[in-house]
Amino acid sequence: MKLTLKIWRQSEQKDPGRFETHCIDGVSEDSSFLEMLDQLNEQLLEEGVEPVAFDHDCREGICGMCSLTINGFAHGPENSTTTCQLHMRKFKDGDTITIEPFRARAFPVLRDLVVDRSAFDKIIQAGGFISVRTGSAPDGNALPIPKDESDQAMDAAACIGCGACVASCKNASAMLFTAAKAGHLNLLPQGKAEQEKRVLDMVSAMDGAGFGNCRNYGECSASCPKDISLDFISKLNRDHAKAKLKKLFS
Amino acid sequence: MSSLVKKYLMALSGIVLIGFVFVHMAGNLQVLLGQKAINSYAHTLQSLPLPILWGSRMFLFLSVVVHVVTAILLIKENRAARPVRNDVEVTKRTGWSSLNMGLTGSILFAFIVFHLLHFTIRLIHPEFGEWETRVGSPDNTEIHDVYRMILAGFNIDLVSVFYVVAMFLLCRHLAHGVSSTFQSLGLRSECWKGRLDLAAKGYAWIIFVGFSIVPVTVTAQKYGLFSLYDPDVFSTSALRP
Repeated sequence: MKLTLKIWRQSEQKDPGRFETHCIDGVSEDSSFLEMLDQLNEQLLEEGVEPVAFDHDCREGICGMCSLTINGFAHGPENSTTTCQLHMRKFKDGDTITIEPFRARAFPVLRDLVVDRSAFDKIIQAGGFISVRTGSAPDGNALPIPKDESDQAMDAAACIGCGACVASCKNASAMLFTAAKAGHLNLLPQGKAEQEKRVLDMVSAMDGAGFGNCRNYGECSASCPKDISLDFISKLNRDHAKAKLKKLFS
Repeated sequence: MSSLVKKYLMALSGIVLIGFVFVHMAGNLQVLLGQKAINSYAHTLQSLPLPILWGSRMFLFLSVVVHVVTAILLIKENRAARPVRNDVEVTKRTGWSSLNMGLTGSILFAFIVFHLLHFTIRLIHPEFGEWETRVGSPDNTEIHDVYRMILAGFNIDLVSVFYVVAMFLLCRHLAHGVSSTFQSLGLRSECWKGRLDLAAKGYAWIIFVGFSIVPVTVTAQKYGLFSLYDPDVFSTSALRP
């Protein structure tokens, strides 16, 4: 395959950044999107051009490290897919592909396509935990949890924290991430005890990090590689309203 | 104020306005029943005890203020949250109505101001306020002739067009807003989303058709397409240029 790549280049955070166009030939249809970028970087090294910086780690769709907005879509146009699991057979020979970083004020670009997603860590630090001793695993069935609730909690826990929800949101809102992380713990007995404090603290950390407001478009869920449902945002709205009212009248 | 509190304010003030447009539309449709029905309905509303009349007006005014101020705050923060736009702007499932709530809302706000000046405060045509009749009066005294005012108001094509366009934008605004209200208050699930979206669209179209019937039929009668309204009143309602 022969492709034209329009890639965002930015030397550091303060640099305003610009697009650069590179042509690449001999791309295998079976290579992943990241392998195609590896191939480009080898070509750039031979040409004496600075290679393109991009985030990656496990390359099996579970670590949440890869990012990239491809042709306007976070993780590319395929549904339920991370960039590392996106294959070049999804593109046509001769295509021009626009590659941008995940754009949000809360995700400053560090270099080229690498963004700083530590704003998510601040949200987790505010309430993405339970305040109990974490010793050895408890005996199976020692704590009975209804099947549908444990299933829902697992669906929320599937979030890999990649930030595609923020990148795909027109308002750079982190509601789907925050809702998944809060919902996962709030659904289980271990997390329920601190539910009110958790939702108030996590929402406050989310606002403080400079993310935008949710407008109920649903782009986040449509772009989520793990298909996190909008139900968790609805649940966060509900839990937060209850916690806020309780705080107001106590 | 937390981002979610702003969403609650948006939803709660929205509920008031969603309910109001339906009541207003149902009231309007009495024009179709004739001069007596609409005049007597309008007279009943105008003669409500002052605390109730002004209480409800202030409540509606407050809802609009909360809705508009919160919208401005939300939009301002959202723009700041995404300082650099994507080179390629695409969506996977968001439609035009959802993306343009700010645009439709702003035009609707301008419409509300015009509408109040037109039919409520009557600054645009001060003579509207002087038109009185005994038709529809409960005790045979002179009351305001709302029927003639409406026929006169829609006798100007540009005004009728603006009303119908504004109601179409209201329809688009409601198509996103009604279902979104449930999500913001945490009362929507994926299972109900499809049904709520459908109900919101149905509601939006009912409001559009209900509000547009009057300007459309008045204009149609003006051009002699049919005779629905009292021809005597209709002939006297044409405004002097």
